[in-house]
Amino acid sequence: MKKEIIISGFGGQGVMLAGTLLCYAGMRASKEVTFFPSYGAEMRGGTANCKVIISDSPIGSPVFSEADILISLNCPSFEKFYPSVKDGGIVFVNSSLFSPPAEERSFEMVKIPANNIAEECGTVLAANIVMIGSFAKKTGILDPETILQSIPEALEGKEKLWDINKKALSAGFNA
Amino acid sequence: MTKKLLKGNYAVVEGALQGGIDAYFGYPITPQNEITEYMSQRMRAEDRVFLQAESELAAINMVFGAALTGKRTMTTSSSPGISLMQEGISYLAGCELPAVIVNVQRGGPGLGNIDGAQGDYFQSVKGGGHGDYRLLTLAPSSVGETYSMCRDSFDLAFKYRCPVLILTDGVIGQMIEPAEVDDTPLKKDKKVKDYGWNLTGCLGRERRVVRSLYMKEGALEKLNLRLAERYEAMKKETDWEESDTEDASLILVGYGTSARINYDAARRAREKGMKVGYFRPKTLYPFPSERLKELSGKANFLVVEMSMGQMVEDVRLAVSKDTHVEFYGRPAGGIPETDKILEICKKMTA
Repeated sequence: MKKEIIISGFGGQGVMLAGTLLCYAGMRASKEVTFFPSYGAEMRGGTANCKVIISDSPIGSPVFSEADILISLNCPSFEKFYPSVKDGGIVFVNSSLFSPPAEERSFEMVKIPANNIAEECGTVLAANIVMIGSFAKKTGILDPETILQSIPEALEGKEKLWDINKKALSAGFNA
Repeated sequence: MTKKLLKGNYAVVEGALQGGIDAYFGYPITPQNEITEYMSQRMRAEDRVFLQAESELAAINMVFGAALTGKRTMTTSSSPGISLMQEGISYLAGCELPAVIVNVQRGGPGLGNIDGAQGDYFQSVKGGGHGDYRLLTLAPSSVGETYSMCRDSFDLAFKYRCPVLILTDGVIGQMIEPAEVDDTPLKKDKKVKDYGWNLTGCLGRERRVVRSLYMKEGALEKLNLRLAERYEAMKKETDWEESDTEDASLILVGYGTSARINYDAARRAREKGMKVGYFRPKTLYPFPSERLKELSGKANFLVVEMSMGQMVEDVRLAVSKDTHVEFYGRPAGGIPETDKILEICKKMTA
């Protein structure tokens, strides 16, 4: 098993945090992981993305051109990255912000109203973790319990945020 | 050792601390800004010297000053900043001073861009500054190796009394992956050893002069011959990694990020039944020429770099005359494509 995942959205939506959370969880599940961020010119309100690989065998390049899975938290990043999703891949979209038209596509689309679900959990800022919950349910690559246990590592020193993110993860999983 | 999820740039800092760094001087530049930022926290927390210099020139000359006193010192930068430091590096070499320099390469020439690249190979191993000197050059290809090479680089610098260069790139600097790190507590002993050459205050002993200016007839030649002897002795530090080379008719050669891409390509080539091996120099100077020469009797080579071809020249110099050496590279932030490598493999193994 080797899955190449792109997580993308506005700067400030927690794209990097979602990526590192997957890495912590993957490591906890004894898998090989790598994370590669877009860097440099990124800022709040701009676009941001990261590339995550989760694999059963050692990983070579952390950079890839075709993804198995795309998690897009906003419309511009969906438009930018969906052409690089492999045939038969899965695309998660944050349908609170945009809803791509229903047309024949080479990949499966999962629509999650992540902002709305996150707001119900207490803050719209947890939309990224809602998406990760949905990702866990749909793909089965990582056990939701493992991801849950990794939240304190990914949010080290931010104890106040642990509970709300755990709640968001479960809500995304059960959505 | 403990497995820890770590960013490449942070691994530089943690490795240096474990290696006993006393003083860090640096000036920010992408894609290595996390080093300077994280250093500023960690060095102060560990009660060591951190100083953000006013320029790269200042940083390398502060390193020079700290090295003179026998302290373990380091600077880090990315390509354009490393170019600015070349004069200081030549002086460090000329004064036989130990120091560690990390280059997290980005695209060039000039200011270039901020993407990971490998255009500084020549500058690193063929002498970026003036004079007949060499840098012991290490090339990590993972976060864990970034950590261990930074840790061990100080001992090497003192062993050979020369600057050690760690040549990495923006991809490895920015990426996060699990890395093996030491559990041993950091050394607290701050007493400077008297190595016989460092400036420790001359009260009660002969004064020492450290310089690279040798005007007396034959004196500079003597220094250069002494350096050459040391570079010869350095050859025992030559290190590389290889796999599937025994029966290979073609061997992929690359360092750093290119080697990671080669690793994927070699594995896929094997799955397709091609007899492809993998070879990665861990030291770029000294270069594993002898091992490449041994392998060249049986196999041809494909060198992959994130440049238009620099290390490939050293591979060509190393191998036997009738060996076929091909090159594939993408410069200035372009990432070599695995599919393209496989295509070339197919042609070369046909």
